[in-house]
Amino acid sequence: MMDSENQGFEEARLYSSHEEVQNLDFKEKLSAKSFSNYRSAMSSLSDAHHPLSSPAVLTPADSDPLRLPPMDRDLQKPYVSDHFFSDPLHFSDVDFGPFDGNNVRDLNGVESPSKSSESSGSLSRSSSSNSEYIKISVSNPQKEQEVSNSLVPGGSSYVTYLITTRTNIAEFGGSEFSVRRRFKDVVTLSERLAESYRGFFIPPRPDKSVVEGQVMQKQEFVEQRRVALEKYLRKLAGHPVIRMSDEFKVFLQVQGRLPLPTTTDVASRMIDGAVNLPKQLLSESAMAPQEVVQPAKGGRDLLRLFKELKQSVTNDWGSLKPPIVEEDKEFLEKKEKLRDFEQQLSAVSQQAESLVKTQQDMAETFGELGLTLIKLTKFENEEAVFNCQRVRAADTKNVATAAVKASRLYRELNSQTLKHLDVLHDYLGLILAVHGAFSERSSALLTEQTLLSDLSSLRSRAEKLEAASSKVFGGDKSRIQKLEQLKESIRTTEDAKNVAMREYKRIKENNRSELERFDRERQADFLSMLKGFVTNQVRYAEKMSVVWGKVAEETSSYSKESS
Amino acid sequence: MEQERSIPSSLLSPRSPSSQPCLSVSVTDPVKLGNGVQAYISYRVITKTNFPEYQGPEKIVIRRYSDFVWLHDRLFEKYKGIFIPFIPEKNAVEKFRFSAEFIEMRRQALDIFVNQIASHHELQKSEDLRTFLQVEEETMERLRSHDSGIFKKKPADLMQLFKGVQSKVSDIVLGKEKPVEESNPEYEKLKHYIFELENHLTEAQKHAFRLVKRHRELGQALSDFGKAAKLLGACEEKAVGKGFSELGAKSEMLSIKLQKEAHELLLNFEEPLKDYIRAVQSIKATIAERANAFRQQCELAETTKLKEINLDRLVLVRSDKAAEAEVEYKELKAASEEATKRFETIVALMNQEIIRFQEQKTLDMGLAFHEFAKGQAHLANGVADAWRSLLPKLEALSVS
Repeated sequence: MMDSENQGFEEARLYSSHEEVQNLDFKEKLSAKSFSNYRSAMSSLSDAHHPLSSPAVLTPADSDPLRLPPMDRDLQKPYVSDHFFSDPLHFSDVDFGPFDGNNVRDLNGVESPSKSSESSGSLSRSSSSNSEYIKISVSNPQKEQEVSNSLVPGGSSYVTYLITTRTNIAEFGGSEFSVRRRFKDVVTLSERLAESYRGFFIPPRPDKSVVEGQVMQKQEFVEQRRVALEKYLRKLAGHPVIRMSDEFKVFLQVQGRLPLPTTTDVASRMIDGAVNLPKQLLSESAMAPQEVVQPAKGGRDLLRLFKELKQSVTNDWGSLKPPIVEEDKEFLEKKEKLRDFEQQLSAVSQQAESLVKTQQDMAETFGELGLTLIKLTKFENEEAVFNCQRVRAADTKNVATAAVKASRLYRELNSQTLKHLDVLHDYLGLILAVHGAFSERSSALLTEQTLLSDLSSLRSRAEKLEAASSKVFGGDKSRIQKLEQLKESIRTTEDAKNVAMREYKRIKENNRSELERFDRERQADFLSMLKGFVTNQVRYAEKMSVVWGKVAEETSSYSKESS
Repeated sequence: MEQERSIPSSLLSPRSPSSQPCLSVSVTDPVKLGNGVQAYISYRVITKTNFPEYQGPEKIVIRRYSDFVWLHDRLFEKYKGIFIPFIPEKNAVEKFRFSAEFIEMRRQALDIFVNQIASHHELQKSEDLRTFLQVEEETMERLRSHDSGIFKKKPADLMQLFKGVQSKVSDIVLGKEKPVEESNPEYEKLKHYIFELENHLTEAQKHAFRLVKRHRELGQALSDFGKAAKLLGACEEKAVGKGFSELGAKSEMLSIKLQKEAHELLLNFEEPLKDYIRAVQSIKATIAERANAFRQQCELAETTKLKEINLDRLVLVRSDKAAEAEVEYKELKAASEEATKRFETIVALMNQEIIRFQEQKTLDMGLAFHEFAKGQAHLANGVADAWRSLLPKLEALSVS
């Protein structure tokens, strides 16, 4: 498809007059390339014009006045207005004036990956000053050898990426730094964040690839991964809480290899857990309060796992009202709404993809039509016996050129529309994070409930024991001992319960504040996306109107009305 | 540009008002009649004319597709050398469905067909045309069924010398048989041009048709997208919800515009291309007829020559068969001269016709291109206006 389109362009140059080809906007030629090539070409174009401007990346949270690129490159261009909101979340609104025929410009408000490594990164949605920012870029993938810790002789190789950060946030203790990281490190980072920031909507990390080794060498795969990593890190940097986290800072700054997490895989975790199990069963030791802070699932504490499982079953089946129920109606409502939202968003995303596809098909068919008509033109000119044939050939050429132009316009329109699709996809990904945060909340609640029921059963046993031993005068040495142990368990469990309660509250609060932030940012991002999408459509429709209007005028003498 | 084209007014729209003799026909009001397999469409054919041979200033008759075919076949037989307008294909499958679009397209094609005949300076004088446009339905039916039986056979006895001519003609024209062929370089060029042109046009028409389809698909995609956006808008809150709802509504509205444009494209761009192809095909048919006539002429000339030689021989030996032979020879000579005349007429007519064809097609395609461009510009304007009207609303939502 690409070939025929390029070939069409070649033929257009061969058979149409030279001036016409020059008239075709240079930037329009670029649309023959793929989307990413187009973007890199655009950013190199913009660099040529203005060193500071990189309209290629302009995120909704563009709060840094230094960073606002002047959108007009021609001086006749109308003004650019930016809106700042008193709301801590703000984004710049670039307002385009009336349409100018030939200029292809980038649009506002959508986060998008940039090909060139030196272009700017995402910006902070900072709730404090306007001028805080973190710029992250991922570049320079390199193959490195695994040091021979492995059992496999010769060692395996992996890819590292250069991660460059520029920031003016004081807590980072520096303004620019670079580290080399491999994908495994990113996985580690995301796991640690998940542990420390339960209840937060943590942006999902890029997928691991199922096929490793061979595939990893491929250029394309590495490039895709680079882009994905950059996106991910920028999203993390865009999260007001996570960006300040130790884990994130360490990841961005600390040189050398990252220490491995305490457990790297589920299997080893289970093994650890199994080791503790007999001890727990025998001594009935309660869980240590600090362990309560993590969910049972995926943890090492098998006993706790079983208990909580039992509890959740009790909750489900029990006719008795469980001690603490998710009473937060508001939360439940929000959850429902979110599910609805997810469904609709998914549908819109799908339809948007179809829309892009049909626009792509339209571009293709216009291109093919144009090419065919050019061939027809050439043919008529070569074989012309009568003058009217030459006239017809000229008319045909006009239409052919217009069709080729229309094809390019549709392609360009499409590559812009794809950027808006990105926003939808991002939010679909974010919803996964929300689900994760909500499930953290549920498991924290479950932990609390389990502990409460533990506590109540321990207390009732203690009561019974007390009642029994009081009947024996002087006391039963073993019973008293047991009672002491029980009381000890009760105290520990009480502590654990309190920790669990605090944890649950904490997570609830995280959920709440995050939901607020999510709502706000979503409003901003989506509105910006809508505006971008609509502005785009207007722009390209206007261009197409110009193209076809010209042809209509040139052929107006044939019209029945004029004869 | 206007001065370069001096085209006789008969090539322009037959509806051009003038005091010259004019014949204007329209095919309208398709009505489905009959049931099941027997079902067919009837059309009203309205003739407005000041030709003396025609009845009254206006006459209306009812005709069906096979009547048009009758007219075409008769003209094809009688006016060899002239590019008889091709008639829309008999599409047996589509006919069963008789969709509104099919009916309309067929009506339009038949209208163009009759008009092209009526505006052709030779064909408009045809008696068969007059019959077609004027006689009562029962007469027409009789003629139609009568002729469809006999008509397919070649009339003249001498023609029987050339059995299976129909299939052979295309072989000859395509150069498959070692033919008796004209050695006329200009004519060769013309033939080559016609065949090449058909290929180009067929490809163009294919893409034009696809373009129609793309417009429909885009319309559908916009409609689906609009619906989904509205649903999202409904479950979203505040500004964003409104934003999506408005977007969805606009999208659905534009979907309708696109479907409309698809229809326009079909009628105003793809049909003329199809028409162009049909014209080329009628030229091919004439080329075949010309080759046929040429072959007849040659073979008759040769046969005559042989007969002459034979006659001379018989006369020399004073055979009693000589008299008979002389009669035969004279007959053959006459037939040969007639065949030669027929061939030369075809050549002369073809030369005129080619000029007419080229000029007509420049006009036809010019108009088609104009309508195409106009339609696209109109659509683009509509799209731009619709989306543009949304911007201030979105702007207002952002601020609130």
